[in-house]
Amino acid sequence: MTDVAVPTTRKDWTSDQEVRWCPGCGDYSILAAVQMLMPELGVRRENTVFVSGIGCAARFPYYMNTYGVHCIHGRAPAIATGLAVSRPDLDVWVVTGDGDALSIGGNHLIHALRRNVNLTILLFNNQIYGLTKGQYSPTSEQGKVTKSTPFGSLDTPFDPISVALGAEASFAARTHDMDRKHMQEVFRRAHAHRGTSFVEIYQNCNVFNDGAFEQVTGRDHRAEMLIPLEHGQPIRFGAEGQHGVVMDSDGSLRLVEVADVGEENLLVHDEHRAEPALAFALSRLARGPHEPTPIGVFRDVDRPEYGEAMGRQIVEARQRRGSGDLAELLASGGTWTVG
Amino acid sequence: MRLPRDTTATARGRHTGLVDNLGAAVSVVIPRHTQELDRVVVRFAGDSGDGIQLTGTQFTSVSSVFGNDTATLPDFPAEIRAPAGTLAGVSAFQVQISDHDILTPGDVPNALVAMNPAALRANLELMMPGGTIIVNGDAFDERALEKAGYQSNPLADGSLAAFTVYEVPMTSLTMEVGKEVGVKPRDAERSKNFFALGLVSWLYSRPVEPTIEWIDRRFAGRPQIGEVNTKAFRAGYNFGETAELFESNYQVRPAAAAPGTYTNVTGNTALAWGLIAAAQLAKLPLFLGSYPITPASDILHELSKQKHFGVRTMQAEDEIAGIGAAIGAAFGGALGVTTTSGPGLDLKSESIGLAVALELPLVIVDVQRGGPSTGLPTKTEQSDLLHALYGRHGESPVPVVAASTPSHCFDAAIEAVRIAVTYRTPVILLSDGYLANGTEPWRLPDIESLPEIPVVFATEPNHTDPDGRAVFWPYERDLQTGARPWAVPGTPGLEHRIGGLEKAHGSGSVSYDGANHERMVRERADKVAGVAASIAPVKVDDPDGLGGAELLVLGWGSTFGAIAAGVRRARARGLRVAHAHLVHLNPFPENLAAVLRAYQSVLVPETNLGQLVRLVRAEYLVDARGLAKLQGLPFRAAEIESAIVAAMASHSGPSAGAMFASTTPSAPAVPPNPAVPPNASTPSSTAVPPSTAVPPNASTPSSTRGASNR
Ligand code: SF4
Repeated sequence: MTDVAVPTTRKDWTSDQEVRWCPGCGDYSILAAVQMLMPELGVRRENTVFVSGIGCAARFPYYMNTYGVHCIHGRAPAIATGLAVSRPDLDVWVVTGDGDALSIGGNHLIHALRRNVNLTILLFNNQIYGLTKGQYSPTSEQGKVTKSTPFGSLDTPFDPISVALGAEASFAARTHDMDRKHMQEVFRRAHAHRGTSFVEIYQNCNVFNDGAFEQVTGRDHRAEMLIPLEHGQPIRFGAEGQHGVVMDSDGSLRLVEVADVGEENLLVHDEHRAEPALAFALSRLARGPHEPTPIGVFRDVDRPEYGEAMGRQIVEARQRRGSGDLAELLASGGTWTVG
Repeated sequence: MRLPRDTTATARGRHTGLVDNLGAAVSVVIPRHTQELDRVVVRFAGDSGDGIQLTGTQFTSVSSVFGNDTATLPDFPAEIRAPAGTLAGVSAFQVQISDHDILTPGDVPNALVAMNPAALRANLELMMPGGTIIVNGDAFDERALEKAGYQSNPLADGSLAAFTVYEVPMTSLTMEVGKEVGVKPRDAERSKNFFALGLVSWLYSRPVEPTIEWIDRRFAGRPQIGEVNTKAFRAGYNFGETAELFESNYQVRPAAAAPGTYTNVTGNTALAWGLIAAAQLAKLPLFLGSYPITPASDILHELSKQKHFGVRTMQAEDEIAGIGAAIGAAFGGALGVTTTSGPGLDLKSESIGLAVALELPLVIVDVQRGGPSTGLPTKTEQSDLLHALYGRHGESPVPVVAASTPSHCFDAAIEAVRIAVTYRTPVILLSDGYLANGTEPWRLPDIESLPEIPVVFATEPNHTDPDGRAVFWPYERDLQTGARPWAVPGTPGLEHRIGGLEKAHGSGSVSYDGANHERMVRERADKVAGVAASIAPVKVDDPDGLGGAELLVLGWGSTFGAIAAGVRRARARGLRVAHAHLVHLNPFPENLAAVLRAYQSVLVPETNLGQLVRLVRAEYLVDARGLAKLQGLPFRAAEIESAIVAAMASHSGPSAGAMFASTTPSAPAVPPNPAVPPNASTPSSTAVPPSTAVPPNASTPSSTRGASNR
């Protein structure tokens, strides 16, 4: 990646495979956003790998003309980790869904985040199981009526950003499938971050959970319902920027009218804060995608990257002991000679 | 024990100044006679906090350096620290040292060192009348006796009358030493295993210096502890020499070994080194993804130390992530390895299936232990064979390789890697708890002579599409091996996507076509079956040439030593027995069919209920009979011998019954053959008549029916 890549176009990044998501699925716009962004990132196809698990989103690698592994349910972060730490020269992307990443693969997700492996994780959150035809997911709202929960789901949903922050994510962001520009900006930031970047994408499953995010991402609602996070800026939203967020003395956040409190009293966003409390508080601001919801980069901090640290241990060991000598190793437990 | 060769007893001296100067070397040499033995089995036993494993390992190491052949059996509890003094907390270490080549840690200990009543109680059943028992007399107080479940003191109640018992106040003598050095009594007390080591070192005439040097090295950072240990060791040695307790001591002369440089190695260490060697031979970076599990963790530990070989080790969040990361590394062009034991193999099953579909090289090491479920974490068993072969959904064949001895783990690891990278397939390498922790002297291989493992990464398109464009087909197979090309990320023009979904033959695109699926299933199966063309034929040890013997004993894995020793003993009775031992369990060597058909009867001993025997019966339609043992311990040579005798005695008799015998349904195995003292080593003796005294496995009628009904 150090040398300059030959300029590419979206076409170069598009594989010959027919895309087979349901017509109207939000996955299409995410795919387009990524395919169009890649030429801008100035990276090489041969150095790019997409790894996925199981679910609708997991078909993604087949449509990218890069290296790709479509593996088994939930395990993409683990497989991508092994690849990224042994090949630090590669750009490794993980494409996953709410069931894949937060249910069956929850353990791998949190440990990838904790280790801070150099991965870019795109979590397509549609709050439903699409591939298996419509069971509730770990991000579905409580009381969700589905085929597997005819009387309503009982469990409390995860907020993916809260989970990621709780797992020591060094980069956590949210975007949505209705805004290509915003997606690309967030993906660009995620790609530039060294370590594990976690991006939640609100994605509409128009077949099994249509309109799940409509109340916040719908064209007519966005201005009033999405709270754009910008580093160093007071947090405000609304068509005129008339609403804002303040932090109370007990550390809790509250939505206000800017006119009531004055701009100088609004909470100023800080992506780089060492402790994750502010980012976490922001992730708790909305109780679901029906209240004003922050989008953008919640957190972006520098932390040692796992693969690099592992590589450094090898370099240091070689400095101390020289490159390994097999004969020496076999004799290291003490020897005796016969004859 | 054998009659002493040297029976010229010299005058016995009297000991002087024993307790007043324990720490210093006693200069008064008191000559007594030294008996020569051709081999001896010593078992150390104590609380799991008593340093028993350390003591046994050092005793072994000194003996190896001295030139003896050695074989060990560590036997420790699953609980790291079960309550002190209880039976559950007893840790033991058995070693056989010999002046000729031996194959097992010995069936029956000649000497048992018991550091407390629990250690005595837990190990007494292993002893034969006449054996030597050395106990730490200080430990036999009322409380300790009670904890061990003794109603009365066995040292006083006559229950040990059949044994030669030496009661030595090890704790108090060690405390005396501690006082001299000026350490706290608590710390001093912990050195009592060194006293025991000293005493046993004297008893078997082991050289002193290597152990003292070893203590110096090992406790270099804690000189005071080192000093107490050294002095306790010397005190134990001197106690043996000067106390009038012992009639004589013993000597086991060096074995005649092939010239070379030797080391003592455990199976886990040898396996880790084999992986490092294989990575060098294949010129691939080694990546290990692993989750700690008994008894496999030491492989992770060993590889984690060897970073200067470029080894990357990752302690994963779980078993699945361990293999997942290894698969990811393999996709990137590394030698991906994961290590585990049974419960972990269960968890890795789905990922192994993925590796079968991806057709990437991968080595899965299963250090087997007693199952099912958590089972017996620290005890050995060979019960994962069928799991390794068939434990996945779908038609999901993988090559399976098994190590036979601790040092063979090195070669088996290289062989597993060779198959994995040559055929682009996951390979399961089976070891077990006995091999993992057991040691044997290993003549170091000549590094230069290890054959390279050629690996060629794809760099060019390999197919022309209908438009005449050169494209890359990830599933276009090598005509000879059936392997698909290994094209690693970073190679321009070879970008491709692979996954767990069924792929179209050649192009690797997702395909749900039924005919294509069958074709791919067959291609994967043929590829694995084709590995047989590259493996060595199974060797048959038959003094009369192939087919000469009346019975073939077929084994695999860690039963090697016991079977080979049992076969020697049976031959010493005049029986005509052959032994073949499998390293490749899938596919089998191509000559196995001919080997099996060359014998009238086939006996397959396994520490499971009969897994290999089931496979060979199914595969080759031979009337092989199994011999099962599932006690968390390896076979004893005597058990194999008895089974051979029984099989041959019933050979011409009427046949009926099931295909499996068992050593016994419950504890102690086959009664020892009274005609052959259990400790007599008679590899060259032929005088022992085939004995009618050996009951043909009385408790298991199934073993008495003949094996001749083809
Ligand atoms: S089921 Fe839903 S998520 Fe899956 S492809 Fe169809 S619309 Fe998209």
